[in-house]
Amino acid sequence: MSELTKLNLQGVIQGLRRGEFSCRELIQAYFERIQSLDFTINAYLYTDEEGALRKAEMVDRTLAEWRRSPQGELPPLLGVPLAVKDVLCVKGMPCTCGSKILEGFVPPYNATSVQKLLEAGAIVLGKTNTDEFAMGSSTENSAYGVTRNPWNLNRVPGGSSGGSAAAVAARLAPVALGTDTGGSVRQPASFCGVSGIKPTYGRVSRYGLVAYGSSLDVVGVLGRNMEDLALVFELMAGVDPRDATTVDLPVPHIHLDRSTDLSAIRVGVPKEYFIPGMQPQVEAAIRQAILHLQELGATVLEVSLPHTEYALPVYYLIAPAEASANLARYDGIRYGPRLGGEAMWEIFFRTRGEKFGPEVKRRIMLGTYALSAGYYDAYYGKAQKVRTLIKQDFERAFQIVDVIAAPIAPTTAFAIGEHTDDPLAMYLEDVFTLPANLAGVPGVAFPVGFDQQGLPIGMQLMGNYFQEELLFRIAHAYQLTTDWHLRTPQ
Amino acid sequence: MVEVEWMADYEAVIGVEVHAELATRSKMFCSCAVVDSTIAEPNIAVCPVCAGMPGVLPVVNRAAVELGVRLALALECEILPQSFFARKNYFYPDLPKGYQISQYEQPLARNGRLVILTSKGEKTVRIRRVHLEEDTGKLTHILKDGVSYSLIDLNRAGVPLLEIVTEPDLNSAEEVRAYAMTLRNILRYCGINSGDMQKGVIRIEPNVSVRKRGSEQLGTRTEIKNLNSFRALERSVAYEIERQVRLLREGREVVQETRGWDESQGKTVSQRSKEEAHDYRYFPEPDLPPLTLDPAWLEEIRRSLPELPMARRRRFQTQYGLNAYDAEVLTNERVVADYFEAAVAQAPHLSPKTIANWICGELFGLMNQVGGEFDPGRVPVESLVELLSVLDKGTINQLTAKAILAEMFTSGKRAPELIREKGLEQVSDQSQIAGWVSQVLGENPEQVQTYLKGKEALEQWFFGQVMRLAGGKANPKVVQQILREQLNKLKEQA
Ligand SMILES: [Zn+2]
Repeated sequence: MSELTKLNLQGVIQGLRRGEFSCRELIQAYFERIQSLDFTINAYLYTDEEGALRKAEMVDRTLAEWRRSPQGELPPLLGVPLAVKDVLCVKGMPCTCGSKILEGFVPPYNATSVQKLLEAGAIVLGKTNTDEFAMGSSTENSAYGVTRNPWNLNRVPGGSSGGSAAAVAARLAPVALGTDTGGSVRQPASFCGVSGIKPTYGRVSRYGLVAYGSSLDVVGVLGRNMEDLALVFELMAGVDPRDATTVDLPVPHIHLDRSTDLSAIRVGVPKEYFIPGMQPQVEAAIRQAILHLQELGATVLEVSLPHTEYALPVYYLIAPAEASANLARYDGIRYGPRLGGEAMWEIFFRTRGEKFGPEVKRRIMLGTYALSAGYYDAYYGKAQKVRTLIKQDFERAFQIVDVIAAPIAPTTAFAIGEHTDDPLAMYLEDVFTLPANLAGVPGVAFPVGFDQQGLPIGMQLMGNYFQEELLFRIAHAYQLTTDWHLRTPQ
Repeated sequence: MVEVEWMADYEAVIGVEVHAELATRSKMFCSCAVVDSTIAEPNIAVCPVCAGMPGVLPVVNRAAVELGVRLALALECEILPQSFFARKNYFYPDLPKGYQISQYEQPLARNGRLVILTSKGEKTVRIRRVHLEEDTGKLTHILKDGVSYSLIDLNRAGVPLLEIVTEPDLNSAEEVRAYAMTLRNILRYCGINSGDMQKGVIRIEPNVSVRKRGSEQLGTRTEIKNLNSFRALERSVAYEIERQVRLLREGREVVQETRGWDESQGKTVSQRSKEEAHDYRYFPEPDLPPLTLDPAWLEEIRRSLPELPMARRRRFQTQYGLNAYDAEVLTNERVVADYFEAAVAQAPHLSPKTIANWICGELFGLMNQVGGEFDPGRVPVESLVELLSVLDKGTINQLTAKAILAEMFTSGKRAPELIREKGLEQVSDQSQIAGWVSQVLGENPEQVQTYLKGKEALEQWFFGQVMRLAGGKANPKVVQQILREQLNKLKEQA
């Protein structure tokens, strides 16, 4: 492995500025690795080596200029390679959302989150695999083949941001964008042994994020440690005039120092998150990690989030309901492939019938049903009410504690094909991640151990609204005093 | 038309839904320009947002909200401090997102009223709700070389619309027409749109039911679409009432359905029955936060509202002593009312009634001949005042004034210039007029003899002859006076 792909973001940025290596060398190192490994892993759906190298050369010229006469600030991410989940629009690159229905679609615009990172100097390597329209927990629902977990190629990487998580774990990118609608950043981070942030809903613009569940979707980041995540997060966060649901609050400059003192922190542990049927090693690793936080000075308290058990049914009413409307635009008329004959309706039926995958169709039908006349109150209406109760659970808990520590998934990465015939078992994978999305609170994920098969175990810290900085600080203290996040798959 | 006897047993109950385009510069949820889609090149004003591309999001146009609030205030509605957008889901190729962003529960405003004037007097129509939504694109089906194509123009997709829904308070075709026209006047007064039905900026959909007079229960209703004129509106409602009454009298049932108006056949035709009606699966639009209206902003809009037609009509009657008819005609259009008031202000020496007569009579006649809107630029207020002032002074007479106004209208010249050019100035010179009178009496000895024998009515004939001789320019009062003097002199001599 080239030493360059081992570097974290700080290493990349400093190395480039000091001229220890060129941006071209860095980008080349990543593409060499992608070529040798991604044939097996399938993290990327699309790569743009030519474009990335062209940009790298521009970066090298800028850096040479700057080293001759260092004037002014360089863009903070100048030359940093970035992988982008294929549900986020990058101008000029195909955006398939892992679906055949968007095959060949090339957006003429950047997602705001991508745009901000490009302006900060990042270079997009390519687009990463995802469950179709981010609907899934394993990337098995991608129309372009499953992504394999770099820790064990017979296992799933989690999902739906499985491509991004696998890319970071396999050192095919130092950092990657993902999206989290029901756990889609945190769960693959956990399965692949990397770190991830799901920001507060409204903190990062959703413009250019192809919508699945609009009231739940959040753009997040996957990377190797909290410092890397914080740097990318603070650059893409903030109010966006193109997204009316973003919140106009200042984004703090996040400075993570060497301090590991957590004595001012109260950590809540929700009893509802430790359920029978959980993989014992997962529970043990989480308990151990919480103990570690306590050793760093944190006060640990048991808290209750009593409506946790309803998160699953509530999510599977609200997200599909929104999806049923969000996915109505894929009709084969304005973009994407078009099937069918002469009659207008035939185009609709054949294109949608043949180009959407089974899980997407299942959720469209679920959502359509939940919104139908006569069923609205019993399903969608009721779900919205319970969602409010779940939100209140968190609000109450955060009056007592600063953060909540919890498992991300009941198990480590499961085998490819293990759940494909049982959608309900697959849905259960999300049971610990859904509540944060329904409430809109932020969460970070980071590795806290391995099971007996050598598969990573992750833990999440959930925080109060817009308290991402606190989550980074606590997780950073954990990472300063542990080395789980430094381990890499063979 | 239906025979009155059996029609009298039934009562029509009608509610009206109006879609009014908002004359904003940009669309409802994106920054595309609003263009006249009846003339613009197709798909010239389209962006990723209004084309429903993946990943794009709507952003509310404040200007559209402001216009919506203006109308809601003009209709005396209760404005909701917080209203919600909703998705109305249905598939159609002219609807790029597969849903229309509209308002459902908690609209912009509700519980308003509009007073209309019909042949039976004033009537208050209750407004149920006013809400904001976006327009769809336009689908055109063509046949080319034996193959049929559907063409989509998205210029109109995302153009802001206001939906205005009444309670079922209207009871006749005449009332429906009066409501629609009154509403149109208000839309124009408030600068919400041009009121041009041909261009589709106002779309009116009445729903009609009939019931036995005295019954409390509402009958089955039908909705009429495709109405592009007030005439079509009135005729279609009259037709539909008659059709339904006929059905009920024959013991048959009215089917709940949407019917289209066929102008050439003069009848409504079934389009879509209730069984085919959509389940729109409305739910709150997650991409837009609730629309919260700042009370200070509402107050600012309220203060900027113009005086509305009904209030202005009443004021014109009391302040200027106009009759109800003139006051109504003058206030239907804001530009006309403004024109009238400007003229009154500039000409305190003229009676408002005279000014009103000239505007409603001559000026309207001229504007109608060129088939258009009232255009104050054709005869600026100062020009009209100038003309009426010289008429008042007696420099010209009424007939000449009318001819001059017509000339002013076509040439754009002003009255004094035209009077000078054509030598139209009225002659009041005593000796000159006395000369014309003497000449007429001298040239017509027979008529003079008949007059002297007692046929006094001939005086009018002499008057006409003098005016003819003078080429119409003689001051009629002076002519009359000198003619009488000379005739009296002849009587004394006889
Ligand atoms: Zn647009």
